[in-house]
Amino acid sequence: MTQRLVVIGAGMATGRVLEHLFETDPDAYDVTLFNAEPRGNYNRIMLSPVLSGEKSYEEIVTHDDAWYDDHNVTCRFGEKVERIDRDRKVVVGENGEVPYDKLILGTGSAPFIIPCPGHDLPGVVAYRDLEDTNAMMEAAGTPGARAVVIGGGLLGLEAAAGLRLRGMEVTVLHLAGHLMERQLDEAAGYLLQKDLESRGITVMTQAATKEIRGDAHVEEVVLEDGTVLPADIVVMAVGIRPQAQLAKDAGLDVNRAVTVDARMQTSDPDIYAVGECVEFDGNLFGLVAPLYDQARVLAKTLAGEDAAFQVKELSTKLKVTGCDLFSAGDFAEGEGREDIVFRDPARGIYKRLVIEENRLIGAVFYGDTADSNWFFGLIRDGEDVSEMRDTLIFGPSYQGGAAADPLSAVAALPPEAEICGCNGVCKGQITQAIEGGATDLAAVRATTKASNSCGTCTGLVEQLLSVTLGDGYSAPAAQPICGCTELTHEDVRRLIKSKELKSQAAVWQELGWTTPNGCHVCRPAVNFYLLADWPLDYQDDPQSRFVNERNHANIQKDGTYSVMPRMWGGTTDANELRAIADAADRYGATVKVTGGQRIDLLGVKKEDLPAIWEDLNDAGMVSGHAYSKGLRTVKTCVGKDWCRFGTQDSTGLGIQLEKRLWGAWTPHKVKLGVSGCPRNCAEATCKDVGIVCVDSGYQIGVGGAAGMDVKEVERLVDVTTEQEAIDHVVAFVQLYRENAKYLDRPYKWLAKVGIEWVQEQVIDPEIRAGLIERFDISQSVYQKDPWAEHVQTRRARYAPLADLTLEAAE
Amino acid sequence: MTWIDIGRIDDIPVRGARLVKTHLGCIGLFRTADDEVFAAADTCPHKGGPLSEGIVHGQRVTCPLHNAVFDLNTGQGTDGYQIDTYPVRVENGRVLLDADALGKRSAA
Repeated sequence: MTQRLVVIGAGMATGRVLEHLFETDPDAYDVTLFNAEPRGNYNRIMLSPVLSGEKSYEEIVTHDDAWYDDHNVTCRFGEKVERIDRDRKVVVGENGEVPYDKLILGTGSAPFIIPCPGHDLPGVVAYRDLEDTNAMMEAAGTPGARAVVIGGGLLGLEAAAGLRLRGMEVTVLHLAGHLMERQLDEAAGYLLQKDLESRGITVMTQAATKEIRGDAHVEEVVLEDGTVLPADIVVMAVGIRPQAQLAKDAGLDVNRAVTVDARMQTSDPDIYAVGECVEFDGNLFGLVAPLYDQARVLAKTLAGEDAAFQVKELSTKLKVTGCDLFSAGDFAEGEGREDIVFRDPARGIYKRLVIEENRLIGAVFYGDTADSNWFFGLIRDGEDVSEMRDTLIFGPSYQGGAAADPLSAVAALPPEAEICGCNGVCKGQITQAIEGGATDLAAVRATTKASNSCGTCTGLVEQLLSVTLGDGYSAPAAQPICGCTELTHEDVRRLIKSKELKSQAAVWQELGWTTPNGCHVCRPAVNFYLLADWPLDYQDDPQSRFVNERNHANIQKDGTYSVMPRMWGGTTDANELRAIADAADRYGATVKVTGGQRIDLLGVKKEDLPAIWEDLNDAGMVSGHAYSKGLRTVKTCVGKDWCRFGTQDSTGLGIQLEKRLWGAWTPHKVKLGVSGCPRNCAEATCKDVGIVCVDSGYQIGVGGAAGMDVKEVERLVDVTTEQEAIDHVVAFVQLYRENAKYLDRPYKWLAKVGIEWVQEQVIDPEIRAGLIERFDISQSVYQKDPWAEHVQTRRARYAPLADLTLEAAE
Repeated sequence: MTWIDIGRIDDIPVRGARLVKTHLGCIGLFRTADDEVFAAADTCPHKGGPLSEGIVHGQRVTCPLHNAVFDLNTGQGTDGYQIDTYPVRVENGRVLLDADALGKRSAA
């Protein structure tokens, strides 16, 4: 006999139950479906694409009228259920009773509305159903309309992104310190915020809503701190609560939601529940995957089969086009938990894995979620990851099953496996190139661009050469930094970032240095890498610097020093010259004009350094860093103020650049030139960074050299304004600081990574802004005059510790 | 042995050095990461580089001019270079040098 099945709620979970049920036994039940919304089942999680305009409502309908017809479902849409009478086994709807043999509750959840004053004003909506979505789309129809989204979780951000795409001015208010704090850690939340901000969305964290104001409609939102935000629509997306009132009124067991057993049965054996209104084992459910699992279980239960629902690990992805974000499992910090972190600030990539007892228990990715399914599988299956721990974060393409021969691992990769992430080159392309005659690394790079950017995959490419060519290829041994380690500079830079090594001790320990604290080769390099990557965490170590940088002067062959004050853009004045002349007299210095347009005082004794610096400081001069791997000089010509050919204020631009860049440590020295016209009197085209001014603006070239090698700059970009010129130069210098090997001048680094990659980074406005931001953070620490500082704090160190010649003179 | 008080160990930077002037020439006092102190001639036999300006690593120092590396225990350097080493003690945070050893050198 056909049983009567009544379903309350036409949502995604109940919809899936019906599908399974009709597949197994189309005639087992006579179904009546209630839905408070005046429509049937649609794919609610696709409301965001509807809001953003990427899909229409019709495209997200799961079950249309025809489907309900075909399956003889009696639809009571737009009708609320008033109560359930369990004694008589009837459901009481607004339009009358329906008897049931079996009943499914799929009442879902309701958005949580903050009960602040004004929450009930017209124009305050949740983000739950098509009505809300339509209200938002309508509000977005007014040009210049402003939206305030309360709640920076998944839903709130999808709403914000959709509204922004529709042209609204959008502000997101979030109570916690970073966005999506339940799914993301702080670092990923920060990247997400930056991404959203770059789309024109304003994000305010730690923002508590106090009141919503307006006469007949919302007009503004007032925060606890007094900030007032004008608003034409307010979207509340602060959370959901299960709708269990109907069940509660019917006397069913309800905790936070309707409690069910593993077969999805409530405390009444004829009543079942699925979806967001359900509580199982203390868990509530809001994502679609467990809902579908529940639906499958319930359909089997109804068909009389055995099935049990299990709580599984969940993963989250944000459906905002262009924000690649993934989180799964548990990533709170805790005892016995280890983190593996990989950051690529230039590409906005952040990956974090949380490991406990050799098992991956949590993962957060931002910017690159390509391998997220593989990681999710590891979490779900609780696989032991100790064997692949060292390379785990690089994903499946680095894992070769047994920790055996790396060659067999590479050989086992499928042709579509990505080898070079920077340039998107997969194994197949590389093997083809090799078979086509590219038989060494340089040739593979030239043909495919693989390993031509960051260089991290060089090892893999070499292994591919070896696998493909067999004995025909002998890989050049990777050059370790020095005898203290087997790692290369590139390895160490990458590991300092990915393992978040923030001290020398951490580097020696974690990277297995064979010496207690490095040597004169590796220690200065490691010191630079640490301070470049972690300007706020790591402190520069003078004892890891060569003598010139430690003493802020250049040691000469006789043990005396040369002292060179800064002359901004090669300009000086009578007062400075007078002070230099006096200092030369006082300390017996030889005076030499340098090629970098400044004045060198040679032959100063070490113990006199603090005194001469103090004198020069008093005249307003600071260290010229003529001794540092950092910004040296900015050579300029006189420019259009004086020169009849000058097209721009080259001197002024040079001064601005020098004032912005001085004090920054770089992998090797950096010299700039700014010429006011293509006659190029400042010789800008053989500098590390050279700008040639033209009528239409500024030609920025990089990677010139005029030392052991002579090389003309490569054109980075042409820009029209001075500000753009400065921005691009700062971004280039930061990119160099973050990526180059210690003691590689820019031209050597460029030869490795290629001008195209550098252009991609520096010209992309988002990446450029990030580079500039990180440069400025570093400058907040390092742009200070070391001379003044040493005069203040280290003066005594410049004198001998003791002078026994005086005592022994008796 | 006659020990002369030279100064506080804390006036020598960790993994760094300070200079002591004597009648016999300059001596470097080198302090390692483990707070051991070594005394050795400051002048590199190669081209006279001031070793107290070199990078101290482990129990070694690298000459700042051309990267000759010296073992501070023995004074033995790369490429067959050799520097003199001197007895040194640290007591109650003070660094002491042996006056006799300095005297011997003067007699030589």
